[in-house]
Amino acid sequence: MTTVNTKLDRRSFLKVSALAGGGMMLSFSWLAGCKPTPEEELGLPKEWFELNSYIKIGENGAVTLYSPNPEFGSNVKTSMPMILAEELDTDWKNVFVEQADFYPERFDRQFTGGSQGIRMGWRPMRTAGATARALLVNAAAQTWNVPSTEITTSAGILEHKASGKKAHYGEMASLAATLEVPEEVQLKDVNDFKIIGNSKKNVDGENIVTGKPLFALDHRVEGMKYAAIVHPPAFGMRLKSFDKNSVSGMHGILDVFPISVFKDDYTRNSFDTTTFPEIVAIVGNSTWEVMQAKKSLKVEWENAPETSFQMAGWGGNTSSVSIPAGLENSSVHKARMAEYSQKPGTILRRDGDPEGAFKKAAKVIERTYSAPFLAHNTMEPMNCFADVKGDKAVIYGPTQAPEFIMGTLVQALGIPRENIQINLARMGGGFGRRAYSHHLVEAALISQKIQAPVSMVYTREDDMSAGVYRPAYSATYRAAMDENNNLLALHVKAGGIPESPIHANRFPAGAIDNYLAESWDIPSNITIGAFRAPRSNFIAGAEQSFLDELAEAMGKDPIEFRLELLKRAETNPVGENNDYLPQRYASVLELVREKSNWNSPQPNVSRGVSAYFCHNSYVAEVVDTVIKNNQPVVESVYAAVDCGIVVNPDAARNMGEGAIVDGIGNAFFGELAFENGTPTKTNFDKYRMIRHKEAPKKIEVHFVDNGEEPTGLGEPLFPPVFAALANSLYKATGKRYYEQPFAPQLEMQNLKM
Amino acid sequence: MALFTLNINGKTQEVDVDSNTPILWVLRDHLDLVGTKFGCGIAQCGACTIHLDGNAVRSCQLPVSAVGSSVITTIEGLSENGNHPVQEAWLEHDVPQCGYCQAGQIMTAAAFLKNNPNPTEEEIENAMNGNICRCGTYTRIKAAVQTASQKL
Repeated sequence: MTTVNTKLDRRSFLKVSALAGGGMMLSFSWLAGCKPTPEEELGLPKEWFELNSYIKIGENGAVTLYSPNPEFGSNVKTSMPMILAEELDTDWKNVFVEQADFYPERFDRQFTGGSQGIRMGWRPMRTAGATARALLVNAAAQTWNVPSTEITTSAGILEHKASGKKAHYGEMASLAATLEVPEEVQLKDVNDFKIIGNSKKNVDGENIVTGKPLFALDHRVEGMKYAAIVHPPAFGMRLKSFDKNSVSGMHGILDVFPISVFKDDYTRNSFDTTTFPEIVAIVGNSTWEVMQAKKSLKVEWENAPETSFQMAGWGGNTSSVSIPAGLENSSVHKARMAEYSQKPGTILRRDGDPEGAFKKAAKVIERTYSAPFLAHNTMEPMNCFADVKGDKAVIYGPTQAPEFIMGTLVQALGIPRENIQINLARMGGGFGRRAYSHHLVEAALISQKIQAPVSMVYTREDDMSAGVYRPAYSATYRAAMDENNNLLALHVKAGGIPESPIHANRFPAGAIDNYLAESWDIPSNITIGAFRAPRSNFIAGAEQSFLDELAEAMGKDPIEFRLELLKRAETNPVGENNDYLPQRYASVLELVREKSNWNSPQPNVSRGVSAYFCHNSYVAEVVDTVIKNNQPVVESVYAAVDCGIVVNPDAARNMGEGAIVDGIGNAFFGELAFENGTPTKTNFDKYRMIRHKEAPKKIEVHFVDNGEEPTGLGEPLFPPVFAALANSLYKATGKRYYEQPFAPQLEMQNLKM
Repeated sequence: MALFTLNINGKTQEVDVDSNTPILWVLRDHLDLVGTKFGCGIAQCGACTIHLDGNAVRSCQLPVSAVGSSVITTIEGLSENGNHPVQEAWLEHDVPQCGYCQAGQIMTAAAFLKNNPNPTEEEIENAMNGNICRCGTYTRIKAAVQTASQKL
């Protein structure tokens, strides 16, 4: 048991009688995996008693748990309440889960991203659950006139064994809600967990499979209008003028006007990445009508000059950011990346004497890897419901980061923060895209202009062509070896448009005496942002493909080779800032070796391995491919994951499987190219997404059971797939794959993709 | 604008809309049946899949004027209490992540299994290939279709 001080986190224990803004509680649902039978069903209580921000209990013993973070498919809406329920020591079948509104006074870090939901929520959720339990115990002690230390709890029942007294939580809830919050509470021993570690079904599962309204786009209110947007056709262009009359006579069209997301003097935050700050809004009576008007609207665009704006950094410093002018082309991007990879970069880390080692090397291997821009392509396009009237605004939208868009809303609307309520919709995917939430501002501005509720939606074409993309990257790896194929030095130089993917202190830094990491970047006006495992999603593929080639050159087994390097990093590390733990890294390689039966693969199967550390977690993956009917088929994928304690194992496996499928899809097909600033693909007819037939036939996700506190999970399984696939394909076809996506090269080898 | 009488989920509904309006938007904007999702608008992703006389069709490409007296079923009408074998199998395998594409996946699977109650793995992959799941739940979808086929 651990004792924690509840004062560290007072805001979770505020007792507020009502939710701000009335809330839009759309997500009231039973939690039980199967439908509760009448005997089990508690139903709604007559009265709720609030024990803290996260927990209220009804007189009948029913429990409501608020899930603080926005849900985009990573299962936080089920997993985070599981942590609360564990420490509350309640019965999961008596639990209702509600999505919390954005309410920073009550909840910590309502942000979904960086794979940090469970890691950062772990301690606050446990403390909130344990504190509520302590209040119930104290209420029982007072009622029964016995010492609280003699009271035990189990599955929502309080018991004093000596006197034989028993009560369910509901019977003590009204008194518990009036008691002082204890200054210290006990957390459970990890070995006593009953809910954490035991799979629970998705709390929204039944609503999803029956088509209940769960998404912002499903929200309907009386008098609501529909809106579409028209944005510049190319990066590097801006609005010049538009002809309202070109659509004003169309049936169902109510208004056409420009909106501007930023006021001139506004200092942006680092999540204020807005693709096109000035766009035209079309408002009408139905989605179809505004989409038709969108096609007919006559708009003139012009080339935008170089612009600059002020941006507030995390430390409170403000810097000036410049956006270059021009209409960019992928062919030019590629040429410039090739040029930069030959020039000296910014040195990020140097261990030993890498230059000297390369001079005396008997053999040098140099390989360059590259990858294009990627569109997030969430299945639910950007959209938002907003109702702005006078000086009050209610926003119900898909956002991963309400905190980061609140200030933008305040300046755009000219409405004080306390009058703006952001309610968190379930998101139809996020993958980083909805950390940039200017779609909320656009809907709010449209609603403000018409002083009526509005549902604004992007077409798929808008969504794909006005993105906040994964950058284009390139990395050059060089290895120096002596005449006996011993590794003398490693040099990585990597960059991108417009940011570098490099993590200079990650493996294999720390395992090699002579190491050099250099970085470069090329400015661009194409908007980029977080995409599942930012930077790692490229550099892992490059690094782990290169290590595979090195192992081969040295005549070593690829897993053995990595383990040797990790042993070196563990026993005699080079440098001081290595940001990974070699033993945990090695443990996932060992686990995947065991689970994939690495040393005795199925006949005719080509396998590749890869391992990576990011978001505080370690993942190793083995991909098995076969060539069937002239087509590469991913037969099996084995993943070994060290993310500490796994809260909801089956859901965690589901997300891991999804990350693997996502990685294979992007490795084979993912590509967004630009011609004169315009994306060459704007819908799924051209932008190829992985489909059922291309998915692996089997995926196994295994977790290291080490009882460590939880770390990231949504992202870490994604980056290693690229190299595991490339290394496996190499075994199958005899060719290395340096350029993503791989499909064009595979097609040139006369394989069917 | 024109008046259309539609048979949706066993009910007769009247709508007054432009005759080119895709059924997707008639369902969502005019009849409050929002379970059918908008994904791409060009019949490439399958999020908008409904049944027309029992066959899976993409509602984003089906103009209201083309429906005539055909019977429309949406996810809301697939079963009385969410207990269609495909829906139950989806829950059993806890398939959804974000959930946005799943109504379309379920509608495709339900129509497919009606015509082919004992499919091979390859037949399942082919049948489901028109429905994109961005979260990548394909292996679970396949397992759920197999489970449902055993119950049908």
